[in-house]
Amino acid sequence: MFENIDKMKREPAGTLPEFERRKFLKLGFVVTGVLAGGGLLSLVSTVEKSFASSGLFLEQYPYKPHYSMVIRQNLCIDCELCVAACNETNQVPSYGYRTTILERTVPHAVGRQTEFIPMLCMQCNDPPCVRACPTRASYKDRKNGIVMMENKKCIGCKACMVACPYNARYFSEEIHAIDKCDFCFVTRLSKGEKLTACSVACPTGARTFGDLADPAGKIYRMIHQLEAQVWTIRPKAGTKPNVFYMKG
Amino acid sequence: MADETKQSRATTGKDSGGPPSPGFTSEVMSAVAGLLSGTRSFYIIFSLSLVTIVIASVVSLDAMRIGFHTAYNVTREIQWGLIISTYIFFVVTSTGLCIVSAIGHVFGMKDFMPIVNRAVFLSVVTIFAGFTVIFFDIENPIRMGIYQVISPNLASNLWWMGTLYGAYMIFMGIEFVFILLHKHKIAYYAALAGLISGIAAHSNLGAIFGMLTGREFWYGPYMPIYFIASAAMSGGAAIILFTVLGYKINNEVIDAPMKRALEAVSKLTALMIAVILFFTTWKIITGLVGTAGKKDVLMAMLTGPYALNFWGFEVLIGMVIPFALLLGSRFRNVKISFLASILMIIGIFIMRYDLVVLGQVVPAFQELGVIEARELHTYFPSFHEMMITVAGLGIVAAAFLLGERVFKGHKSGH
Repeated sequence: MFENIDKMKREPAGTLPEFERRKFLKLGFVVTGVLAGGGLLSLVSTVEKSFASSGLFLEQYPYKPHYSMVIRQNLCIDCELCVAACNETNQVPSYGYRTTILERTVPHAVGRQTEFIPMLCMQCNDPPCVRACPTRASYKDRKNGIVMMENKKCIGCKACMVACPYNARYFSEEIHAIDKCDFCFVTRLSKGEKLTACSVACPTGARTFGDLADPAGKIYRMIHQLEAQVWTIRPKAGTKPNVFYMKG
Repeated sequence: MADETKQSRATTGKDSGGPPSPGFTSEVMSAVAGLLSGTRSFYIIFSLSLVTIVIASVVSLDAMRIGFHTAYNVTREIQWGLIISTYIFFVVTSTGLCIVSAIGHVFGMKDFMPIVNRAVFLSVVTIFAGFTVIFFDIENPIRMGIYQVISPNLASNLWWMGTLYGAYMIFMGIEFVFILLHKHKIAYYAALAGLISGIAAHSNLGAIFGMLTGREFWYGPYMPIYFIASAAMSGGAAIILFTVLGYKINNEVIDAPMKRALEAVSKLTALMIAVILFFTTWKIITGLVGTAGKKDVLMAMLTGPYALNFWGFEVLIGMVIPFALLLGSRFRNVKISFLASILMIIGIFIMRYDLVVLGQVVPAFQELGVIEARELHTYFPSFHEMMITVAGLGIVAAAFLLGERVFKGHKSGH
């Protein structure tokens, strides 16, 4: 059939019969799993979907270091040592919190029926709180991507609290401004420490803190495994969180 | 005094269209005389509103002393409560009054002209009341004055709303002063600028809620559109209410042009009620097929703890009964329009409250199915919060009464 192939005249793509074109597209759809509903039986990785962000976001981390936290949900035992360490380090008043632990119970589950979900500011790449703030008191740090507060600019309108999909903010009477988790930037990272107070305090290693943009780093290796399922909280809010959740 | 003479000179100058006006000093004197010529019942009501303001102010200042944290029932979860909804109530009314006045003053519909002065005056009064009320919700108002100017966030709807409403209040104030001075050209341009900034400010207020992707009950383009339509409805109700009250206070009979104006406003108001009823219906129907979070809010509103607020106040008192009254009277009966406007104002107040609170009742982590998010959040205003609302209402009442006497039934310029 192909004996005279080099003697044959090249056929322009425009003259390709419709049938052939469809057949070719179909093959492509099979490979990418579109015909199987997208995620199923696909030969192309769907890991990007788990991050609730586009592939572009995955490839180019906008910050250096790109601070991030991975929470291995199944390791949390609700000892609340992280909360205590956070409160002490950041002088959080008794009526507030920067991080908390939620409890989920599934009564009919086989085996373990309760799990705990540590919660903190997600340091979103597209933070609604920063957009809501009228005076730029809430801002996204250009270098490390942490959502920070410039207390003296905070007018106390609480728009950022209403805007935050993660209930991560409270008004502190002590500093007379909104207070929130800053990955311990003010109290630890800016002073040369490498980890947050909560990740140091955690006895089970449920909280891993690090630089997501460093391929040699632990966080990078945890997130970028095809086998591991990684998710973010409330992805539909479109905030692109930098706190990731997984089990294992 | 120097200012007075200057302005007096300005007012006596020739002007386009308006009748020759008396000097500013004599205007002031006659205004004072007008105030002093009030009936006994006027002074009783006026004194009552002043006493209300004083008492409410003391309580409001007490809230500042003990800290909002202690004085208010707002929480980390429901941060915006009665004070914010009262603020919205006032600024919606103000924007509405501006829209209604602009139909006459900017777009030249003659039937609307008799209500223009009063509507413009009250739009300034109600926006001022709104600013006063929100002053007691902003934790650091001084910082706001500084950083709103030197550190603006142009992506923030709140920044735009604050800035545009500031400009709006000034434009409306200018419009009112120049109507009194019979400088109609300047007044016209101020009215146009006031209308544009008011609409822009108000849609930004809607967008503060509509831009929040994490709040399903609010998120979407619905809110800014709804806010504008809702403002027109509120403005209609407010001007009917205050016009009829104004004539009562001044002991005057409503003349034919004003009767025609009230009829025209009643028609517009009924139309806007229909629009809002339509909006509300589709908000519910689309929400019921949406996500669980939105559905839960709607169920709380339709059959849950907010059902009385919604069906009783918002739907029946705020919209259906007034609509039936207005339509049944063929918009011609002033007394029935007045009754409809009272009902509407009550209903609309609750409408604002529900809008603000219901958007926050769904716990942030509801979709995770955690124990902490099983119940909807609850909120009921504290005594301090209620008194700040009363202070705002007192300001509007006192300023309205004062305005009726000082500006002699707002008849100047027509």
